[in-house]
Amino acid sequence: MSSASRSAVLVCAWLCIASAALPARDFRVCADPDNAPLSREDETGFENRIARLVAAELGAELRYEWLPLRRGFVRKTMGSGSCDVFIGVPKHLSSVLTTRAYYRSSYVFVNGPSARGIDTFDDARLMALRIGVQLVGQDLAATPAGYALAATGHVDNVRGFTVYGDGPAAEREVDAIRNGALDLALVWGPQAGYFAARATPPLELRIVRPPASIVTAPFEFDIAMGVRRGDVALRDELDAILDRRRDDIDAILSQFSVPRTDLSRRASP
Amino acid sequence: MVVAILLGGSVRAADDGDWTMPAHDYASTRYSALAEVTPANVAQLKLAWSFSTSIDKGHEAAPIVVGGTMYVVTPYPNHVIAFDLTKPGASVKWTFDPKANPKAQGVACCDVVNRGAVYADGRLFFNALDNQTIALDAVSGKELWRTKLGDIAVGQSITMAPIVVKGKVLVGNSGGELGVRGWLVALDAATGTEAWRAYSTGPDKDVLIGAAFKPFYPDDRAADLGVKTWPPDAWRIGGGTVWGWISYDPELDLIYYGTGNPGPWNPEQRPGANKWTSGIFARRPDTGDAVWFYQTSPHDLHDYDSVNESVLADLPLDGKTVKVLLRPDRNGYLYVIDRVTGRVLSADPFVHVTTSFGVDLETGALRYNPAKAPALGKVVREVCPASPGGKDWQPSAWSPRTKLLYVPHQNLCQDSVAYETSYIAGTPYVGADAKMYADPAGQRGAFMAWDPIAHRKAWSIAEHFPVWSGALVTAGDVAFYGTLDGWFKAVDAKNGNALWRFKTSSGVIGQPIAYRGPDGRQYIAVLAGVGGWAGAVVSGDLDTRDGTAAAGFVNAMKDLPDATRKGGMLYVFRLP
Repeated sequence: MSSASRSAVLVCAWLCIASAALPARDFRVCADPDNAPLSREDETGFENRIARLVAAELGAELRYEWLPLRRGFVRKTMGSGSCDVFIGVPKHLSSVLTTRAYYRSSYVFVNGPSARGIDTFDDARLMALRIGVQLVGQDLAATPAGYALAATGHVDNVRGFTVYGDGPAAEREVDAIRNGALDLALVWGPQAGYFAARATPPLELRIVRPPASIVTAPFEFDIAMGVRRGDVALRDELDAILDRRRDDIDAILSQFSVPRTDLSRRASP
Repeated sequence: MVVAILLGGSVRAADDGDWTMPAHDYASTRYSALAEVTPANVAQLKLAWSFSTSIDKGHEAAPIVVGGTMYVVTPYPNHVIAFDLTKPGASVKWTFDPKANPKAQGVACCDVVNRGAVYADGRLFFNALDNQTIALDAVSGKELWRTKLGDIAVGQSITMAPIVVKGKVLVGNSGGELGVRGWLVALDAATGTEAWRAYSTGPDKDVLIGAAFKPFYPDDRAADLGVKTWPPDAWRIGGGTVWGWISYDPELDLIYYGTGNPGPWNPEQRPGANKWTSGIFARRPDTGDAVWFYQTSPHDLHDYDSVNESVLADLPLDGKTVKVLLRPDRNGYLYVIDRVTGRVLSADPFVHVTTSFGVDLETGALRYNPAKAPALGKVVREVCPASPGGKDWQPSAWSPRTKLLYVPHQNLCQDSVAYETSYIAGTPYVGADAKMYADPAGQRGAFMAWDPIAHRKAWSIAEHFPVWSGALVTAGDVAFYGTLDGWFKAVDAKNGNALWRFKTSSGVIGQPIAYRGPDGRQYIAVLAGVGGWAGAVVSGDLDTRDGTAAAGFVNAMKDLPDATRKGGMLYVFRLP
C-alpha cells in the first residue's frame, strides 16, 4: 500500500468516525401537529422553540413524531417507542416520568368588552352573559372551569367548544368573543394568552379565582417535560438543562404571552 | 321470524344456507336453519380451512356468504377479502383496499374495529373507519360507488355494519364522547345518494319527528324535546351516535335501532333527559320518519349507550302472540318491548345492578340509584354494571325452536376511586380514575340463555373473561360463541352443556355464522383476532400496570396478555 493510499485510509477512518459521530444522538419529541400556540408541524409553537433549544444543548438532532395529543396519546407515541420526550405535560401526569416543572399557569377568564374585570364565578354579571368553555370529551369528565360553571348554576348560558373541530378550541373561543357570539370564555392559560394577546383589540385576561366549593379540581397546573417511566437518565439531563437555560425558556414563554402563576399572581397583559 | 326477505323482488328463504348480513336476517336472530351439526355429532367438528388476515387489531366482523363466495371485512385498514368456496381451501378471489385515511385511527375510541359487510342484489356494502360507505360489485370486487358521510376532523368515525332495507343502505356514526352529534343516514343502494338523515338530537325536523310520531310514554310527546331536554345549544354536540345494530320488521315496515350515550358534557352541565340519546327508535325506512322512541337511560350517567341489538320475535304472552323486541341493554336490564307501540312489557336485570332500582312499567322510567351517581370529588364504589354495561356491542342470538335468547355478556363493576391529572390536546384537567373488576359473583363473563316468557335465565355458563364475541344458534340446537382467551365453543342450546371447543390463535371477538357450502355441507365460520374495548390491552399493547387504561377496562383484563396474542385469523369448521 502506498503512503498516499495509506493516508487516504487514515483520513477516511478519521472522517468516517467523525461523521458517524456527528449526529451523536437523536432528541425524539412526541408532539401535536396542530395545537397552536404550543406545537405545530411547521415548528412555530413555543414547545417547538423549547425543543430546539434543548436539542442544541444536548448536541442532538431534533426529530419529531407528530400525533394529536388525544385519548391514548402516550401509548400511541412514547408507548410504541417512536419518541422519547413530551415538551409540556402536567407535572402530575402519571403515565410518564416528569422533570421539574418549568412553568405554572392557570385557567383564565378571557373577557370581551361586555365582561370586563370578571375573575370569579360569583360575579353577579355572569348570569346574563354568554360563556364559552373547553370540553375535553373523555369519560364524562370536564375541565375545572366546566365543573365550576355547573356548580355555580351556569348551565343555560354556557357554550361548549370540543377538542375536535376546525383549529384549536381556544382559538375558536377567542374568535367567538371577537365576533360577538360570546361575552367571555374560560380557557387554559397558555392557549388563552396567545390568542387573546393577538386579537385586535387584545382581549382582557384574568386568572380564575376558584370558587370555594370546587376544591378537588385545581385551576392551576405545573407543566413539566415528560419522558418514559423509568428513563431517569434522560429526566436528569433535562432537569439540568431546564435549570441552566431557565432564563431563555422564560423568554420564549413570555414571547408567547403565557400567563404565569409561578412568577406573579397578575396575568398579562 | 326466520324468513329473510332480500331486496329488489328476489325473495328467498333464509335456510338456503347463505348468510347475507351480520345478524343473518332482518329480525337479527343469528339463527341458522341448518341442522346437520347437532349435539350428538358436534364433538366431531374439524377445521376445514383457515386464513390469516395479517391485521393485528380487533376482528369483530361476521363473515358474509352468498352463492359460493365468502366476504370478510377487516378492522382498519378495512380490506375486503372474497373467498371462492368452490375451490379447495377456498382460494382468494379478490381483495379490495378502500385506502381509508390513516388519521381515522386516532379518532376511534376503542380499537379500530369493523362489524361487517352486508350483501344485497349483487352488491356488497361496507363502511370504512374514515366515514365512507362503499358499494362493490359482489362478483368482481369492482367499486360501484362511495359516499363520505362524516368528518374525522370533528371526531366522527364509522365502525358499524350497514343494513340494506327497501333499496336503502342504512349507516350510523361513532364518536359520541368526542362531541359528535349522532345520526342515521339512508343511502340509495343503487347510487350512494343520501335519501334521508335522522339526527339523534336537535329540533324535530332534524330528528325526523312529525305527524307519524306516536311514542308510548307521555314524557316523549312534546315538541322539540331533542332541544328542550338540553341546555341551549348543548344538543348540537350531544352524542347519541348510532354505532350498533339495526333490525327491520317488513310487516310493520319499521326499522329499530339504538342511540348512544349523551356527550361530551359532564352530566352536571347537561341537566335534562338529553333526548334522544341512550334509547330505541322505530322509524319508517322509506322516509326516516320516527314512529316511536323509548329512552332506556334518560340523562345517562354511566356511559350506558343503548346501541345493543333489537331481536324481533313473536312471543306467546298472556294467551296471545305479541310482536316484541328483545333487548339486553347496557344498563343491565333485559327488555321485552311491544314493537308495535314501544311499550315496555317487562324489564328484568340479567346482571348485578346497583346503579338503578328497576324500571317502572307504568312510566317506563329507569329508577336511578342516586348513591351511584358520579360527582366531582366523590368516591363512588361498586358501580354495577360498569361502563361497558351488562352487555356491550356483542350481539345475541334467538332460536325460534327453544324460544331462548343466547346472550354473550360481561359481569363487571367499577369504582371511581381517585382523581388523576389528565391531558387532552394541550388542556390539563382532573378526571375520575375508573377501575373495573368482576362483580361479586367473581366471574367476569358469561354466555347465558334467557327465557323471555318466564323472565329468567334458563342457564348460564361462567367465563373467566368478558364474552366479547357474537352468538350463533342453529336448527341443530347448537349454540356457538368465542372467548377472549381464544376458545371457540359449541354448547347444547337446550341446557348449555359444553359439547366442543377449539383453541384459536388469538382471542375471539367476532360473530360466528353457519352456512351451506357448495358441497351441500354445513359449515361454521368465525374470525379470531383479539381487540375491541375489552381486548385493547392486547391489540393496543396497553400497559397492564395502568389499570385505568382503556377507560378503566385494563384493570379487569390484566391477565389477558398472558392468555392470548393478537392477529386476525379466519376459521371455518365442518363435520368429517
